[in-house]
Amino acid sequence: MDRQAVMQQGLAETIPVPRLSPEARRRQLREKAIAGFITLMAFTGIAALVLILVFVAKEALALFTEAEARHEASLSKMFLPQVVRQGRPPAFVWQPVSNVPKVSMIPLFIGTLKTTAVSMLVAVPVGVFGALYAAEFAPRRLRELLKPVIELLAGIPSVVLGFFALMVMATVLQDAFGLHTRLNAVVAGLGLALAIVPVIFTVAEDSLTAVPRSYREASLALGATPWETAWKVVLPAAAPGILAACVLGFGRAIGETMIILMASGNAAIVSANLGDSVRSLSATIAAEMGEVVVGSTHYSILFFIGVQLFLFTFVLNMLASAWTKRVIKRLTGSAS
Amino acid sequence: MTYTSRRAVGLALTTLTGLAAFIMVAMLALILLDVVANGAGHVTWEFLTQPPSDGMMGGGIFPAIVGTAALTLLMTLAVMPVGVLTAVYLHEYAPPGSRLARWVRVAVVNLAGVPSIVFGLFGLGFFILFVGRGMDRMLGHEEMYWAQPGILWASLTLAVLTLPVVIVSTEEALRAVPLDHRTASLALGATQSQTLARVVLPGALPGILTGTVLAISRGAGEVAPILFTGAAYFLPDLPSRLNSQFMHLGYHTYVLATQSPDVEATRPLLYATVLVLLLLTFALNLVAVIIRTRTRRKAAGAH
Repeated sequence: MDRQAVMQQGLAETIPVPRLSPEARRRQLREKAIAGFITLMAFTGIAALVLILVFVAKEALALFTEAEARHEASLSKMFLPQVVRQGRPPAFVWQPVSNVPKVSMIPLFIGTLKTTAVSMLVAVPVGVFGALYAAEFAPRRLRELLKPVIELLAGIPSVVLGFFALMVMATVLQDAFGLHTRLNAVVAGLGLALAIVPVIFTVAEDSLTAVPRSYREASLALGATPWETAWKVVLPAAAPGILAACVLGFGRAIGETMIILMASGNAAIVSANLGDSVRSLSATIAAEMGEVVVGSTHYSILFFIGVQLFLFTFVLNMLASAWTKRVIKRLTGSAS
Repeated sequence: MTYTSRRAVGLALTTLTGLAAFIMVAMLALILLDVVANGAGHVTWEFLTQPPSDGMMGGGIFPAIVGTAALTLLMTLAVMPVGVLTAVYLHEYAPPGSRLARWVRVAVVNLAGVPSIVFGLFGLGFFILFVGRGMDRMLGHEEMYWAQPGILWASLTLAVLTLPVVIVSTEEALRAVPLDHRTASLALGATQSQTLARVVLPGALPGILTGTVLAISRGAGEVAPILFTGAAYFLPDLPSRLNSQFMHLGYHTYVLATQSPDVEATRPLLYATVLVLLLLTFALNLVAVIIRTRTRRKAAGAH
């Protein structure tokens, strides 16, 4: 300890700090300025996320601060059943534009849940099984072809998927099942599935290929068939990543707007029937923001829906990234 | 169960996974075939160069093409410097274990997951009502000039939306530049910024281009963020100022598909519009894929 201090002192005495020429000092200053500027730029991403929450929440704030808005759209009016007509049992009704605005968000939640459920029911098996095929069974050539094709599917704008669901899938489904409404939760959900399948496939495939080859070799050497290896060894090893894929797909489905706006029929009906038209949270914002008076209660409610969508997807994203990290840590940790 | 029978069961289930993969490809093929079969006959020179006419029942989509192009151009100008420099910070300047870098990464991942309609609300609440109003007040505009939907606000909203795409792909591109190049440059006496500008960024250029193209393709197709920030239903004039509203291919598709008084009459127009939009995004995606495979091959050859 002492010796070290003495040595350092000695060094400091024997080697003088070189005097920088003005030229070099200027250069050093410029480097610092550039580094500072780049660091400042890095804040943009954080700032964007914070500003989104702040400014969407700011427009919704009137619901909680202004007396009139608080009366018109209290939390109980938004989330609890209300007596809409005298003598009828209380119900959930979304009719924000009427003499007595009815602003229950429950029909919108149900609509979002119905379309999301349909899409997940289709997209999870197709996406995960497709990823399993690409990662485990597909011949190399086919895999090289499959991935860009799925990327193309992911590149289709959602308005085009909505158009396809509206023009083609709705007609096909109505002819096939004789549904009484042409646009309904099933049509919107299937359209939605087209949008989230590539997400699920890509993330699932990534985590499946991250499983070390030694796992597969060990399993095959113990006498398991290729399928058993894939199903009982590789898939469980990649499980958190698969879960992350599903959660990301779920988040995307909740927030997706254009497909549902175009293909769901947009009627805020409370029912369990998947053949009924539905109105989702996201589509409500898209459909009603254009006609609303800036600063009105209705306007604030739409922003409040936006805050909810932001928070849902934020939580889902954090979960997904935590799980993805876990699968990487687990696999690389045990491999080394 | 014997090994053979287990193997047979496995093969059956394997076929099922193949079927799942096939379904995805088949759906893509179905969409493309449907759009091409119904739209190809209607994409003529007149369609591409005329404004809509007869209450959207005839004419072309020229203003929508120009609007989409202008919108994505402005968006690219806004998002590229910010996105690239953020990635440069994350990969070149952030000290190891930097807390700021970690926060930036978390923000980027979450930004990528924010629903596009929320970006629309943000564009309205922040750019139009906050920044726009503030600018009107400061510049002394009596009437609303900046505090209204316009192409500048729509493109900035899309720039925020595509920021994660640019950051992630630029960082990947920077990662592909060998460390030797940096150390060699520094050893020759170049400063960090000189190394960045003359060695690292040129080396990462193809990857950065890929990111740009992907961002453009994403931005060109998004409709929800521009619904309240500047897209117009019908506008024969081309956008001439930064606060003009504009027509947009995606929004035009939405309008034709859902608000047409006569669906059968607008059907060919609708299909042709979708075909143009799809061709545009696919062409951009294809360019990105080609640049990427080429650089990967080059990188593989260099090692």
